[in-house]
Amino acid sequence: MQIKKRAAAVALLTAATVVLTGCASGSSTSGGGDAAACEPSEGKVDLTFTTWIPGMEDVAAVWNEENPDVQVKVQTGPNGNGGTYQNFFNQLKAGNAPDLGQIEYDALPNFRVQDGLMDLAACEGVLDAKDDFVDWTWGQVNFGEEDAAYAVPQDAGPMAMFYRADLFAANNIAIPTTWEEFAVAAEAVRATGGYITNFSQSDINQFAGFVWQAGGSWFENDGENWTIDLTSPESVKVADYWQDLIDRDLVSTNPPWTDEWNNAYNTGSNWTWNSAAWGANSIASGAPDTAGNWSVALSPQWAAGENAAGNWGGSSTAVFKGSEHPYEAAQFALWLNTSDEALTMLNKSANLYPAAKSGLELPALKEGVEFYGGQAIYDVFAEASDHVSPDFIWGPTMTQVYNDTSDGFKGAVTGSGTLTDALTSAQQSTIDALEAQSIPVTK
Amino acid sequence: MSTLTPTTPAKPARGIRSTEAKAPRAQRESPFARVSAMVVMGVFTIYFLVPIWWLLVAASKNRSQFNSTNPLWFADFSLFENIGNLVAYRDGVYLKWMLNSALYAGGGALVGTIIAGMCGYALAKYNFPGRELIFNVVLGGVLVPATALALPLFLIFSQISLTNTFWSVFLPSLVSPFGVYLSRIYASASVPDELIEAARLDGAGELRTFFTVSVRMMVPALVTVFLFQFVAIWNNFFLPLIMLRDETLFPVTLGLYAWNSQVNQIPVLRDYVLIGALLSIIPLIIIFLLLQRFWRNGLSAGSVK
Repeated sequence: MQIKKRAAAVALLTAATVVLTGCASGSSTSGGGDAAACEPSEGKVDLTFTTWIPGMEDVAAVWNEENPDVQVKVQTGPNGNGGTYQNFFNQLKAGNAPDLGQIEYDALPNFRVQDGLMDLAACEGVLDAKDDFVDWTWGQVNFGEEDAAYAVPQDAGPMAMFYRADLFAANNIAIPTTWEEFAVAAEAVRATGGYITNFSQSDINQFAGFVWQAGGSWFENDGENWTIDLTSPESVKVADYWQDLIDRDLVSTNPPWTDEWNNAYNTGSNWTWNSAAWGANSIASGAPDTAGNWSVALSPQWAAGENAAGNWGGSSTAVFKGSEHPYEAAQFALWLNTSDEALTMLNKSANLYPAAKSGLELPALKEGVEFYGGQAIYDVFAEASDHVSPDFIWGPTMTQVYNDTSDGFKGAVTGSGTLTDALTSAQQSTIDALEAQSIPVTK
Repeated sequence: MSTLTPTTPAKPARGIRSTEAKAPRAQRESPFARVSAMVVMGVFTIYFLVPIWWLLVAASKNRSQFNSTNPLWFADFSLFENIGNLVAYRDGVYLKWMLNSALYAGGGALVGTIIAGMCGYALAKYNFPGRELIFNVVLGGVLVPATALALPLFLIFSQISLTNTFWSVFLPSLVSPFGVYLSRIYASASVPDELIEAARLDGAGELRTFFTVSVRMMVPALVTVFLFQFVAIWNNFFLPLIMLRDETLFPVTLGLYAWNSQVNQIPVLRDYVLIGALLSIIPLIIIFLLLQRFWRNGLSAGSVK
C-alpha cells in the first residue's frame, strides 16, 4: 500500500512537471520579430545588452548620455561557454532574450543554426560599415552571404609570437621566422634545458589558430549543408608538425592557464608563446618576474617570405530574434564597435583588441609597452590582423568539437595516439553530433 | 542539498565525540583502537582543512608572489591590502554580492524554516484526508535535485516576467521538502498530543498553540532545517546563474564564478576571486559556530527517541 501511494505521488509529480514545461515551451513561438524590416521605433526605446566584458556599463553610460531616446541597460554574467550562451538559448526559448548579446565568433554559427540571430542587413548603415572592419572579421559575421550581417564584429585575436628576446640573444639563437626554423631553434633551446614553447593540449583554440594560419578551415557551409574538415590537409600538416615536436620532447605540454603553466613562463623555462593580441596581458600577469625581457614578432611561416597569421578568439555584438527595436540595437552595436570613444574604453577596461580598422590606430595601441621592453607590440598585431585569412569558418557545435579534440590531444601528449588520430576521431564525433541535431552534413 | 546531507553533520558529530566520549572510551577500548580512530580523524581533518589553508595563504599574497612562492606558506603578508583592493573594485560590487547572499540565504532560510515547520507540524498533528498523500508528494520532492528544477522554474518565471528579479531566486529558496520531512518526524516524536490538548483547553487558538508551545519543543529540529536551508541557498549557484542578469542582484557564488570565467583575459580578477572566496566562507563558519549547540541537542534528542 505504502509503495503504491508513493508511486502515485511520483507519477503525479512527473505529470505536473510535464504539464508545466509543456505550457512553457508553447510560448517559444511568440518571440519572432519581423527580421526583414528594420525601421526606427517611435518614442523612447529601452534596450538590454548582455555581455561579460567588465566596464561595459561605463561605455553604455556614455551612449546613454548622448542618446537620451535610446537607453541601453547592461546585463552581465559569466563568459559565453561558462553559462551565458546557455542562458541565451533558454531566453530565446522563453521569449525574453535581451535585445543585444555578446557572442564569440566560434559560437555564432550555433546561434545561426538555431535561428536565434536577426539579420541586420536591412538596418541603416550596417552593410555600409563592412569596410570599417578588418576584412576577415566581417566574414565571421555574414557567414559568406553577400548581403547579410548577423552581428557586428567587436574584437579580434590576431596571433603573433611572444618570445624571450634576452634568452634568444644570450644563447645566440636566431628568432625563427618559419616553422622549419622554429623546429631547429627548438632543439637549440632544449639543449640549454628549456622548452621553446608549450603546446596547448586543452585549449584547442590555439591549435585552430595554427590551422587557420596554414590556410585550412574546419567547416564549410553552402547555405544548407555543412562540410566538416577537421582532417583537411592543412589541419593534418599542423598536427604532424606539433606531433613531431612532442615526440622529440622539444615542447612542454602543461595544460594552459594553470599555475604550472604560468610558472614555466615565469621561471624562464618556456621561451615563446604563439598567441593572440589579448595574450599580452596574460604573460605580464602570469610571468611578472620576466618583465622587460619579452618581445613580439610575426608568427613563424610555413614558407619563407609569407606573412600569414592565425586568429585566436574575438567576439561580436549580435541582435537576437525577438528584439522589438532592431534599428536602435544595430545603431548601438555600430557605435560600440566603431567609435574611437567606445573602443578606447573597452581596450582600457578589458584589453579588447578592436575589429574595426580605425580601432587599430587608437593612441593606446600605438604606445610602447613597458613589459615588452618598450616595444610598440600592437603594431605587430595590426600587421598580423591584415593577413588573417577570411576563409576560416566555425561549426555549429564548437563546444563539442573542442571537448572531443582536447580529449584526443590530452592522450597524444601522454603518448597514447597522435594529434592526427585525435582529429580523425573528432571528425567522426562531430559528424555524429550534427546529425543528432538534424543538421544536414555533406560526407 | 543532497551533497550536503552526508558531509555537514560530520562536523558537530566530531565535536561531540571528542568532548563527551573521552572517559568511557578509555576504559572500554584498547589503545590501538583509539589511536587508529584518532589517525583516521586526523587524516580527514587535514584533508578538509588543507584547501582552506591554501586559500588563506594564497589570498594573503600579492600577484607576483602567488606563482613564485611556496603555495602552502606565507610570503609577504598583504591580506588586508588585497581585501581593500577587492572591496574597492568596481565600487564595492563584491560587498553588494555578499549582502545579496545574506538576504537570499538568511531571509530564505528563515521564512523557509517557518513554512517547513508549520507544514511538518500540521502533517504530524492533524488528521485530515490526503495527509499521507501530501507527505509522500513532499518526500518525492526530496528526491528531485534542485538543479533539475532550475530550467523549468526559469520558463515558469518567464511567463510571469519575474526573471532577473530578487524574487526569482528568493521564492524558490523558500521551499524545503527535507525541512518538512524533518519537522514532521520531529514534531510527532517530541510534541505530545496532551500538551496541545491542554493549550486548547486553556483557550489558545491553533496558531498561538503552534507559535508559543510547539515551536519551543521543535527548536532543535527547526535550527537544523534553518542551517541546512541557509547552506543550501548560500551555495546554490545554478538557479541564480539561470535567473539573474543584473549584476547588482548576484549572490556571491555567481559573482565569483563570473569573475573566474574571465581570468584568462583580465588576470587581476584571479586575485579577487581568491580573496572573495576566502571571505565568502566566513559567514558560513560563523553561523555554524553559533548554531551548532542547538543542532547538537537536536541530533542527540532525536537519536534517543
